[in-house]
Amino acid sequence: MSQDTVKRERPWLMRTYSGHSSAKASNELYRMNLGKGQTGLSVAFDLPTQTGYDSDHPLARGEVGKVGVPIDHIGDMEALFDAIPLDQMNTSMTINATAPWLLALYVAVAERQGVDPSKLEGTTQNDVLKEYLSRGTYIFPPAPSVRLTTDLIAYTVEHIPKWNPTNICSYHLQEAGATPTQELAYALSSAIAILDAVRDSGQIPPERFAAVVGRISFFVNAGIRFVEETCKLRAFGALWDKLARERYGVDDEKQRRFRYGVQVNSLGLTESQPENNVQRIVLEMLAVTLSKNARARAIQLPAWNEALGLPRPWDQQWALRMQQVLALETDLLEYGDLFDGSPVIEAKVQELIAGAEAEMARVAEQGGMVQAIESGYVKRELVVSHTRRMRDIESGELKIVGVNCFRETAESPLTAGADAGIMKADVQAERDQIAALQAFRASRDRAAVADALAQLRAAAVGGANIMPPSIACARAGVTTGEWSEVLREVFGEYRAPTGIDIALAGQAGSAAMDAVRASVRRSGEELGRPLRLLIGKPGLDGHSNGAEQIAVKGRDAGFEIVYEGIRLTPSQIARAAQEEGVHLIGLSVLSGSHLELVEDIQAELAKIGAGDVPLIIGGIIPEDDARQLLARGVEAVFTPKDVDMNAIMTRLVNIIRRRNGLEELA
Amino acid sequence: MTQPAFTLDPARLAAAVRRGERPALAQALNLLDDRRGDSRRQAAQFLKQLQAGETGAEGHLIGMTGPPGAGKSSLTAALIGVWRRRGLRVGVLAVDPSSPVSGGALLGDRLRMKTCADDDGVFIRSLACRGEFGGLSAEVWPMSLVMLAAFDVVMIETVGVGQREIDVSRLCDTTCFVAQPGSGDSIQFLKAGILEVPHVLVVNKEDMGAVARRTLSELGTALGRAHTDGDWEVPVLSASATAGTGIEALADTLAAHGKVIRDSKRLHERRRGYAAQWLLKRLQEEFGGHGITRLGGERAILEQLAGDKLSLFEQLEALRQRLLAEHQFPR
Repeated sequence: MSQDTVKRERPWLMRTYSGHSSAKASNELYRMNLGKGQTGLSVAFDLPTQTGYDSDHPLARGEVGKVGVPIDHIGDMEALFDAIPLDQMNTSMTINATAPWLLALYVAVAERQGVDPSKLEGTTQNDVLKEYLSRGTYIFPPAPSVRLTTDLIAYTVEHIPKWNPTNICSYHLQEAGATPTQELAYALSSAIAILDAVRDSGQIPPERFAAVVGRISFFVNAGIRFVEETCKLRAFGALWDKLARERYGVDDEKQRRFRYGVQVNSLGLTESQPENNVQRIVLEMLAVTLSKNARARAIQLPAWNEALGLPRPWDQQWALRMQQVLALETDLLEYGDLFDGSPVIEAKVQELIAGAEAEMARVAEQGGMVQAIESGYVKRELVVSHTRRMRDIESGELKIVGVNCFRETAESPLTAGADAGIMKADVQAERDQIAALQAFRASRDRAAVADALAQLRAAAVGGANIMPPSIACARAGVTTGEWSEVLREVFGEYRAPTGIDIALAGQAGSAAMDAVRASVRRSGEELGRPLRLLIGKPGLDGHSNGAEQIAVKGRDAGFEIVYEGIRLTPSQIARAAQEEGVHLIGLSVLSGSHLELVEDIQAELAKIGAGDVPLIIGGIIPEDDARQLLARGVEAVFTPKDVDMNAIMTRLVNIIRRRNGLEELA
Repeated sequence: MTQPAFTLDPARLAAAVRRGERPALAQALNLLDDRRGDSRRQAAQFLKQLQAGETGAEGHLIGMTGPPGAGKSSLTAALIGVWRRRGLRVGVLAVDPSSPVSGGALLGDRLRMKTCADDDGVFIRSLACRGEFGGLSAEVWPMSLVMLAAFDVVMIETVGVGQREIDVSRLCDTTCFVAQPGSGDSIQFLKAGILEVPHVLVVNKEDMGAVARRTLSELGTALGRAHTDGDWEVPVLSASATAGTGIEALADTLAAHGKVIRDSKRLHERRRGYAAQWLLKRLQEEFGGHGITRLGGERAILEQLAGDKLSLFEQLEALRQRLLAEHQFPR
């Protein structure tokens, strides 16, 4: 059949999650990507923007422009979308705690472009609940966070009708270790918590509530077990349809449709033999495209080298081309659903539905998702799942090619170049951004800023919808840090449960684990007291899987572990190390700001007279940086390719032994 | 870590601790935690020097206990805020359970006690209770001496169910029990007589509303009597660490009890009592119940201690030597 006789489905939106250094540099990247056939934008913000700090805040040091674009005020937002007409763009923004603020800036920029805000299309992620479980860019306690989410939803349903106000994320749950069943259960339980809150806020009349349900979309992960993942997405659709119908009484079938975007799994991408990630990404893409009835509305693919460092434009182009080849060259879009009527698929779907409903009932029994998060229940369940996964990888039961089997490899030409196959961050970007921010602040109408902030505070205190005063703040030149600070003062800040207080049975019969325990115990006896390890997550990065797994493993090995969760300042870490008398500090940094943070922590330790405590670090750390860190006195650098946890523990013991003048153990 | 030179000089370390120098505090706590023989001897010398300074007499040693999940750490954090505003320096010893299998532990309480990072007026040390089923390990008391030498208020926070809660009350001037609203635990303890020990009862999470009020009234009606210490009627308070309510009143009540103890001139006697308990614990740890019996039993030891002019650490050493000399305990 020739192509013009067959009715092809319209392809999904093709995006690349991107943004770095500055608004101007990101704008150039966006325009280049759109020129290459990308059909939507997916904005990555840097961590200060995501956690509500201006670029010149002390906590922002080293983080500005690292994992995304810094947006301090309307001027930055305007530069980000320069020459990109917003009425013709579909923009997805990965933004949560500060979502109302970034949407307010987007609206204000649309106004400046002469675009009617009601015509805007796109998505704000706006799912803070999962931030307490994974990723960690929350700011406020759960109750005010849910209120801000609710305000944004209520506002867009009335004023920006084509906007997807919240993208309930199962993506990050999978990254935090969730099984498919847990992904389904916790994402849907989150959706219930949010929809109930919108309903109970009274901001939407009951007859318009179906429209709210119809605007809820999801952001899903697809892992390498792509058959099961296909089934998971079919189960998602069935469960959502039922929920919308039964719990919220939505009659219109279109408003009950499970709409989702996807980023395929980055957790499973490997640092060893990174070229293998290409086939992983392609297979994972199949999981979200093969079944027409469960096909993604928007897809963004990671680059093959994400586990090594920052992808270059060429790496992102390769990811986009994968989508284009599947959508345009293959015949996939010419057929109806390939799986309808398959008893194999249907059985798996039903199994997932049953498991998810059982877990949803357990969450509901505890009073709902917010309560189950606050009590630490959900986080503990995820840490248990993730710990199992790590154990299976370590034991070889879960095979990862190039990591725990088939590790021999020829030298890869992909990483042999002068740039080692990754992009170098622009070290000047942070200084430039800070200078520009300070100039912007000096140029504002101060009275207008103060007035806009006073109105924001009044709404936050009084309970009026937060969006209108936020948009007024955006117009007046308020900064990201100022907007957030007002809400911090009104709502307070929060620390989420770490979930590492789990009781897992020890690994019975593992000789390697027994040996590690023996060496930890013996070293503790030789040093007069049990070995103590402080695990610190400095900076704004909230990806805490690595820190949590080391904490759990360390305790199993017999260490006394001090772990205080995410987002600590160098001073907090140094002081905790001293007060707790630890033998070793382990840092975890995934945002790329490891050089600055290590420098700051070493300086703090020296300042308070604790410079003799040895330091190790784990994270996504390019080899060049690792060499620099070792040269500066860091005892060891661990990266995602270090999966043998017993070997890691033995190294920690030996670092402590060496530092205390004891001979190393085998 | 090579030990800085001043740890080798007990007098200088004690002086630095009394001046509240943080590296010295950390070193002293590490030393007291250290079970090696040389370190034990150094620690005894150090403690003798520290006690010679007669410091800590003005400090208030508070035990905070209660069932898991009652919100002790959040309440401690809220209290730290109040104390700091009142200009008091605060030391905390947070005791967490450890795993009986690996000996490992997660010391997570600091998380919930997060205070201003750069505040030199707060010092938190976490301790795993290392196989001491039900009880506090012997390090806790000497560590509290170090803290008392440097801080105005010292809090020992421990998950208290049963023995550990009685232990902490034997160490502290004032014991505060935190009850969890809606859990029958508190009432159970009360019936078992355990709740006669605390001087102050507080129901946390009053923001939970009716449930908290019911627990409050159950505790209030069931108790409402004088403490066995005398001069003190046990108050039942309501607070919320999350909402920040009732914290000032709790701080006031704790201070009021501290004043009663000081005014009644019993403080010195009480603290001698903690010391004697610690000595017994050390002997028990090293020689078991058999050793205590060989020395004539707890009561005889305590009587002998009271009439003795030697320092506590010299007394301990003398008793150890007596037992070791009997060759019953080859070391």
